Amino acid sequence: MAEITTLAEAVHELVHDGDLVALEGFTHLIPFAAGHEIIRQGRRRLTLARMTPDVVYDQLIGMGCAERLVFSWGGNPGVGSLHRLRDAVEHAWPAPLALEEHSHAGMANRYVAGASGLPMAVLRGYRGTDLGRVTSTVATVTCPFTGEELTAVPALNPDVTVIHAQQADRQGTVMLWGITGVQREAVLAARRSLVTVEEVVDRLDPRPGSVVLPGWVVTAVAHVPGGAHPSYASGYSRRDNGFYRAWDAISRDRDRFTGWMQEHVLGRTDG
Amino acid sequence: MVEPMAERMAGWTADEMMTVAAARRLVDGDVCLVGIGLPSLAANLARRLHAPGCVLIYESGTIGSKPRVPPLSIGDGELADTADAVVSVPEIFNYWLQAGRIDVGFLGAAQIDRYAGLNTTVIGDYHSPRVRLPGAGGAPEIASSARRVIVVLRHSPRAFVDRLDFRTSVPGRGPTAVITDLGVLEADPADGELMLSSVHPGVTVDDVQAATGWDLRTVAGVGVTPPPTARELDALRAMTSDVVG
Repeated sequence: MAEITTLAEAVHELVHDGDLVALEGFTHLIPFAAGHEIIRQGRRRLTLARMTPDVVYDQLIGMGCAERLVFSWGGNPGVGSLHRLRDAVEHAWPAPLALEEHSHAGMANRYVAGASGLPMAVLRGYRGTDLGRVTSTVATVTCPFTGEELTAVPALNPDVTVIHAQQADRQGTVMLWGITGVQREAVLAARRSLVTVEEVVDRLDPRPGSVVLPGWVVTAVAHVPGGAHPSYASGYSRRDNGFYRAWDAISRDRDRFTGWMQEHVLGRTDG
Repeated sequence: MVEPMAERMAGWTADEMMTVAAARRLVDGDVCLVGIGLPSLAANLARRLHAPGCVLIYESGTIGSKPRVPPLSIGDGELADTADAVVSVPEIFNYWLQAGRIDVGFLGAAQIDRYAGLNTTVIGDYHSPRVRLPGAGGAPEIASSARRVIVVLRHSPRAFVDRLDFRTSVPGRGPTAVITDLGVLEADPADGELMLSSVHPGVTVDDVQAATGWDLRTVAGVGVTPPPTARELDALRAMTSDVVG
C-alpha cells in the first residue's frame, strides 16, 4: 500500500543525489510541482530520463540538478528550443550535461523491458541513423527464428519514477486517464515511485481508457492539486499554452531564468 | 523567389502555398502519423478539404484525432478528446507504426540531403555542437516504417545541404516527397535521389537551385504547382486564426 504523504517528505525520502530519476509525461500530466520540489531540495548529480524532456527538465538542468540526460526529444513543443538544455550542452552552463539519446520507439521499449523484468527490448529501429554511432546503448541482435537483424536497447530501470495523475484512493491506488503516455511502464520499471494527484477520493470510479496502478506498486502518493501546471490534467485543467510560449523568453537569458526560478520556485512551496 | 510584394499581388504567401501543397499529397482514407507544427496543419487542412476520412495519429497516443482547432503540442487535450482511441506511447510505436499500419509519415527537419536523409539532432559536431536541436523523437522509425513519407520544410542552402551534420533518419523503401516554400521534390524510385518535380507559381528552377546545396536534378518538364484555390486559402486561414491560446 502506498504511503500518502506530503510532496516535500516524499521527495526527501525517495529522490537522492546521484539517482536515475524519470519524471514522465507526454505533454499531459507532467509532474511540474514534484520537479520544483526536487529543485528546492537541492538534489545534485541526477541522471534525468524522459522521452520528451520539456520545460520542467529545462528548469532542473538550468538549476544544476542534473549531470546526465537520457532522452529522445528535448524541446518546447510547438514553440522551439529548450534554452537551458542548449546552454548546458553548448556551453556547459551551469554544468556540463552528458547526453544519452535514443528515438521515441527506443525509449518506449526501454521502459517496456524495464517494466517486464527483461534485460533488453528488441525493435525494428534506428536503421541508417547516426544514433547508434554516438549512443552506446543501441546494438543489433539476430532473430533466432527468422534471421532478421533487429535493434536491441537495454532496459531502463529508474531508481525513482515520478508521475502526476488525476486521482488516488486512500490505499494509494492511482488512476490516470486521457493521454497516459509511457507512465505505466515508467512506474513499473522503477525501484521506487512517487505519484502526485489532483484529488484523493474514497472510491475510484472506472473510466474508459484509464490506467490504474494498484497501491502496492506505488511507493508514495502526495496530494498536489494543480501539480501539473503549466501542463494539464484532463478533467481538471487545461494546458497553459501561454506559459509555454512565455518560457521561451524567460529561459533565453541566464539572469532572467535565475530570477524567475528564485521568485516562482525557490521562494514558494507546492502541496 | 516570391517576394512580399509579389505575395501581396498573388494574394497568398509562400508558407500558405507550402502548406496547401503538402495537404494535397494526402489521399482520403490515408492513415497518417503527424508531427506537430506544419505537418499537423497540413494534415488537418486535408481533412477539412479533400480528405475528410484521413485518420490522424499523433505519437502521444491519440488515434483518429479530429481537432477543431490546430493543437500547439502533440499532447493537447483536444487531440485526446476528439480521438477514436487513446493508447499508450509504446503501443503507438510497436503495434501501430512498427507493425505497418501507417500509410503516411509526415516529418519536418533542420537539414535534408539529396536522398531525403534528415537531421534534427545537431548543427556542427555532435560532441561540441554549434546548435543543439531537439533530437530524433519518432522520426527514425516513422521514416523507415511508414509506407510513404512527406517532408515539409522551408527551402534554403542551410537546410538543403550536400552533407548532413548528423543523420537522424533515412527514408524507407516507400515513395518520399519533399514540400517546400519554393516547390515539390520527389525521390527517384530507382536510386532515391530527390528530383524537382514542380515549382510554385512565381518561382523558377534557378531559384530552387540557388536555395539547394547540391546540383539539383529535375524531372523532364518541371511543372508549376497549381496556386492555392480560394477554398483552400479560406480553410487554412480559418484554422490559423484560431490556434489554441
